[in-house]
Amino acid sequence: MTLTIDGQEVKVPLGTTILDAARKIGAHIPTLCHHPDLCVAGVCRVCSVEVEGMRTLQAACAFPVSAPIKVKTHTEKVRLARRHIVDLLLSDHYGECYACRRNNNCELQSLAKEHGVDFFRFGHPEKPAHAIDTSSYSVVRDLNKCVLCRRCVRTCIDLQEVGTIEVVGRSDHSHIKPFLDKPLGGVVCINCGQCINRCPTGALHAQDHTDEVWAAIDDPKKHVVIQTAPSPRAAIGESFGLPAGTPLTFELNTALRRAGFDRVFDTNFTADLTILEEGTELLLRLKKALLLREPAAFPQFTSCSPGWVKYLEHFYPEYIPNLSTAKSPQQMFGAVLKTYYAEKHGIDPKDIVTVALMPCSAKKFECNRPEMADSGFKDVDYGLTTRELAKMIRESGINLPDMPKSDFDNPFGTATGSGVIFGATGGVMEAALRTVIELVCGIKVEDLFEHANIKPVRGFEGVRYVELPITAVGPVPDVLKHLFPHWNFLKGATLKVAVAHGTANAKKVMEDIKKGGQFSKCHFIEFMGCPGGCIGGGGQPIPTSPEIRAARAAAIYAEDAAYEIRKSHENPDVALIYKEFLTDGPCGHQSHELLHTHYTPRGKYID
Amino acid sequence: MNTIPTFASMDPEAGLKKALGLSRPDIIAEISASGLKGRGGAGFPTAVKWNFAASAKADRKYIICNADEGEPGTFKDRVILQDHADLVFEGMTIAAKAVGAKEGILFLRGEYTYLRPHLEAVLAKRREKKLLGKDVLGANLEFDIRIFMGAGAYICGEETALIECLEGFRGEPRNRPPFPVNTGFLDRPSVVNNVETLAWAACILQQGADWFKSKGTEKSTGIKIFSISGDCKCPGVYEFPMGITVAELLSKVGGENARAVQIGGASGQCIPASEFSRSIAFEDIPTGGSVIVFGPHRDMLDVLHNFLEFFVDESCGQCTPCRLGNRKLLEGVEMLKAGTCSMAYLRELCALGESMQLSSKCGLGQSSPCAFLSVVKNFRDELMGRTTSLTHA
Ligand SMILES: Cc1cc2nc3c(=O)[nH]c(=O)nc-3n(C[C@H](O)[C@H](O)[C@H](O)COP(=O)(O)O)c2cc1C
Ligand code: SF4
Repeated sequence: MTLTIDGQEVKVPLGTTILDAARKIGAHIPTLCHHPDLCVAGVCRVCSVEVEGMRTLQAACAFPVSAPIKVKTHTEKVRLARRHIVDLLLSDHYGECYACRRNNNCELQSLAKEHGVDFFRFGHPEKPAHAIDTSSYSVVRDLNKCVLCRRCVRTCIDLQEVGTIEVVGRSDHSHIKPFLDKPLGGVVCINCGQCINRCPTGALHAQDHTDEVWAAIDDPKKHVVIQTAPSPRAAIGESFGLPAGTPLTFELNTALRRAGFDRVFDTNFTADLTILEEGTELLLRLKKALLLREPAAFPQFTSCSPGWVKYLEHFYPEYIPNLSTAKSPQQMFGAVLKTYYAEKHGIDPKDIVTVALMPCSAKKFECNRPEMADSGFKDVDYGLTTRELAKMIRESGINLPDMPKSDFDNPFGTATGSGVIFGATGGVMEAALRTVIELVCGIKVEDLFEHANIKPVRGFEGVRYVELPITAVGPVPDVLKHLFPHWNFLKGATLKVAVAHGTANAKKVMEDIKKGGQFSKCHFIEFMGCPGGCIGGGGQPIPTSPEIRAARAAAIYAEDAAYEIRKSHENPDVALIYKEFLTDGPCGHQSHELLHTHYTPRGKYID
Repeated sequence: MNTIPTFASMDPEAGLKKALGLSRPDIIAEISASGLKGRGGAGFPTAVKWNFAASAKADRKYIICNADEGEPGTFKDRVILQDHADLVFEGMTIAAKAVGAKEGILFLRGEYTYLRPHLEAVLAKRREKKLLGKDVLGANLEFDIRIFMGAGAYICGEETALIECLEGFRGEPRNRPPFPVNTGFLDRPSVVNNVETLAWAACILQQGADWFKSKGTEKSTGIKIFSISGDCKCPGVYEFPMGITVAELLSKVGGENARAVQIGGASGQCIPASEFSRSIAFEDIPTGGSVIVFGPHRDMLDVLHNFLEFFVDESCGQCTPCRLGNRKLLEGVEMLKAGTCSMAYLRELCALGESMQLSSKCGLGQSSPCAFLSVVKNFRDELMGRTTSLTHA
C-alpha cells in the first residue's frame, strides 16, 4: 500500500496506521494517548492530521491505511487544532512544572513547547480540584495533573489485566478512579507501578522515600547500607541521558559511596541465596511427590516478584501453597544484614538502615509487609526505585556516567552471572536450572547448553514452556546430603518448567492450571509481575517501550556472560554463609526462620 | 388523530412478503433506487450501508435499530414506535434478508421503557404470525428481534457508542474505521439504522422506489417525519416532503413570527428569519427531524446556554476537544451574558469551535459547536453589543 505523507510517498503493509507510516519517513506527528505497549485509544486527538477528501481531521494513531490516501501532517488547520487541544489540556491541568517530579520528562510539557504555547489561552486552574491519594504504599495519584489519556487504564486493564482503575463519570466530570472511588491503598492493586511508567505527566508517581534515606545518611549514628539490584543498574543511565542498555553497575558503587552510603552491596548475593533456597524447596517437593509418594503442591511458583505475589494473593489465593516460601532477594538481604552481617561486624542491628535499589514500586509494599521482620527488625527499611536513586545522585551533584568504577563491598562482594539475570524475564528460571542441573545431574550446564546460556527460557514471548529430561543423576552434593539420600527418584523424570511475565500472561497460565491444562503439569514456573520482568519494573526510568526493555535485557545478559562465576551454587560467599551462619543448610531451620515467609489470602475483597 | 398518515396507510406485512420473493441484491437495488438516506441525522445512503454489510464475510451479522432518540427536540421515533412498530420491525426483517442477519436488536432509549410492553406484544404477535422466527413465512429466513434498554445517555445514540453499550461497556464512540458494517456488535458486521429509516425501507418495498422518489427533492428523496416544538401554535409530529422550506414548515405549525429556528436539534444549525426561504434537505439544511421554533422574545444566548449545558453534560468525555471544548464554549456564553467576554476572546472561541468540529472523535463533538458558531454568525450584531470593550489581545 502506497500513501503520500506531506508529498512523500511511503509504502506500508495494509492496515498500518498513519502514525507508523509517518514515523517510517521521519515525519513527526505528536502523540499523547498513544503508547507502544498499549492498544489504540484515539482519545487525545493531538495526532490529528488532514486526509485529503475527508471532512474532519483524523487521528493518525487510530487510522489504518487501506487506500492510497494523501495525508498532510501540519497544515494550518492541523496546527491550530493541535494548539487548541494542548491549550485545552492546560486549562484543566493544575500544577507548575518546576514543582513537578516529571519536570523535563513530561509529554504535556513537551507538547506545550512544541506547539508554541506562550500563554494560557483558555485559562489555567489556580487551585487543585482533587486531593492527592497517597494511601498506597507504592503508587501516588494526583488527578490534578491527569490529562485523561487513559494510558494507566489501558495498562491496568489490558496490559496487566488487573483492572484496578477505570474511567468514571462523563464529560469533564470523567476521572480515573479505583473501584468505588476508594483510595488506591484500599482496593485490589498489585503495586506493579506499570501505570506510572506509562503516565505522560506527573499524575502518577511512586511514593518517594528519598528524604527518609537522606535523614538516615545524615544521622552519624546510623549505618546505612544499600543493596543494588541488577536491573536498575542496567537502566539508571537513561536518567542521565545515556541510551537504554548502558549498565553503570560499578560507576554506581562509587556514586553511592560519595552520596554517603556506608556500604554498597550487590543484591546478586541474595539472588544466589534465593536460588539455593528455592531450588532446594523444589527438590524437596519433588522428593515428597516422587520418593515419599506424598501430596506436594505443584507447580512451585517463584515468589521474588512482589507484584506477582500480591496478584496471586488477590486473584488465586487458593494457590498460595504453590508459592515458594523463599523471600525475595531484597528481603533476604535485609534479613541477612540485620543478623549475620550485624553480628560479624559488631554493629547493633537497630542502627543499621537497609536500603534497596530496586526497579520496582511493589518492593515498597513488600518491605512494609508486617511478616518481613524475622530478625526482630524490619528486613528492609526503604525500597528505592531507580528514579528515586537517580534523583538522590543528582542532588549530590554527581554525574553518574562520569564516575570511576569501583567494586562492591565485602563480605558479599562476589557475585555470579545467575544473580544478574534475575533482572530479565526467564532469568530466575535460568539461574535455577543452572544450579539444579549441576547439583542433581552431576554434569556441567555447559554440556547441555552452550556457554551455560539456557536460551529456551529467554526472550520476550509472553509465556514460555520448556522440558528437560533428567537422563542421569549424580551424587548428592554435601550441602544437601542431610535432606536427600540420593537422586534416584529423579532419574528418568522430565522436569517441566515455564516462564510468564506481566500479570496478563500470568493469568493465562493460572487459568490453564485451573483447567488442568499443560501448565498444571509443570514442576516450576517463574512469574514476574511486570512485562519484561524487573527490567520493565514500575520503578524504572520513564519512558518504557519494547525496544527499551530489550536493550536493558541485552545489557543484563552481556553482564552475565562477563562474570567468571555464572552459577549460584558456586558463589563462595553463599557457601560461606551456609558454613558460618545458616549452618543447617538450605531450607534448614535457620534459613526458614530468616529467609522464608508466608502469604496472605487476600481475595478480591476490599477494605 | 394519526400524525403520520403515510405510515398509517401501509399494510405492515406487504413489504416483507415482497422482499421474501426477491434476491438480496434486488432488495438492495430497490432501496438504492429509492434514494433513501438515513433518517437519524447523518443522511448516509441506506442501500450503501446494507450493501457493505451484505458483502462483508462473517459467521453472524446483526440488524440494530437505533431508538435512542436523544437529540433535544426529537420525539418522532417515539410516535413511530407507538403507532407503527410493525413497520419498523418489518424494515428490520427486510434488512436482515438483504444482508443475511439472523438477529435483530432494538436499542430502546431508557426513557421509553413504558413502550416496551407494547413493543414486546407487537413482536410476540409477529412471531405468532411467523413474520419472525426460525422460518419466516416459510421462506427460509431465520430472524428474530430482541429489545435492549439504553440507560439514558445521549451519546449512546451514536452508533459505535451504542454498540459498546450493547456489549456491556461504557457508552463511548469507537475509532472509525473500522465501521460497524464490517466490525460492529461483537466485531461482526452490523447495520445500525434509525427507527424511521427502517420504517421507510418497509414502505419502499411495499410501494416501490418510484413512489418514494416521487416525493422530496432529487438529492433528498421521500418524506421526512419531523418533531416540531417551541414557540409555535401547533407543536407535534408531522410528515413533510423533503425539501420543504423553513417558512412553509413554520406556516403549517403556526410559527410564522419566529425569529429563529433550530434545525437538527442541539447539534444542528440555528437559522435566522432572514434565511427561512432555505429548504430542509440533505443538500441544504440537514436534520434528523428536530425543529425548535424560537419566538421574538427569545434571547439567543439563553438558547445557546441551554444547548451547551446539554453538551457539557452529555459528552462522553473521552476526547479532549469535546470534553473540554464544550465547557469553554459554555463559559464563553456565560461571559457574554455577564458582559465580560471580549471580542478577541469570542473570536478565539469561534476558532476553538472550528477545531472541535475538525478534531473531535465523534459526531457529538464535531457538531456541538454548530449552534454556537451559527448564533455568532447569524446574530452577530446582537452579540457584538454584549462583548466588553476591553479588547485585550
Ligand atoms: C451524538 C450522536 C447521537 C446520535 N443519536 C442518534 C439517535 O438517537 N438516533 C439515531 O437514529 N441516530 C443517532 N445518531 C446517528 C447514529 O450514529 C447513526 O448515524 C444512525 O443511527 C444511523 O442510522 P441512519 O443511517 O438510519 O440514520 C447519533 C449520532 C451522534 C453522533
Ligand atoms: S466527541 Fe465528545 S462524545 Fe464524541 S468521543 Fe469525543 S468526547 Fe466523546
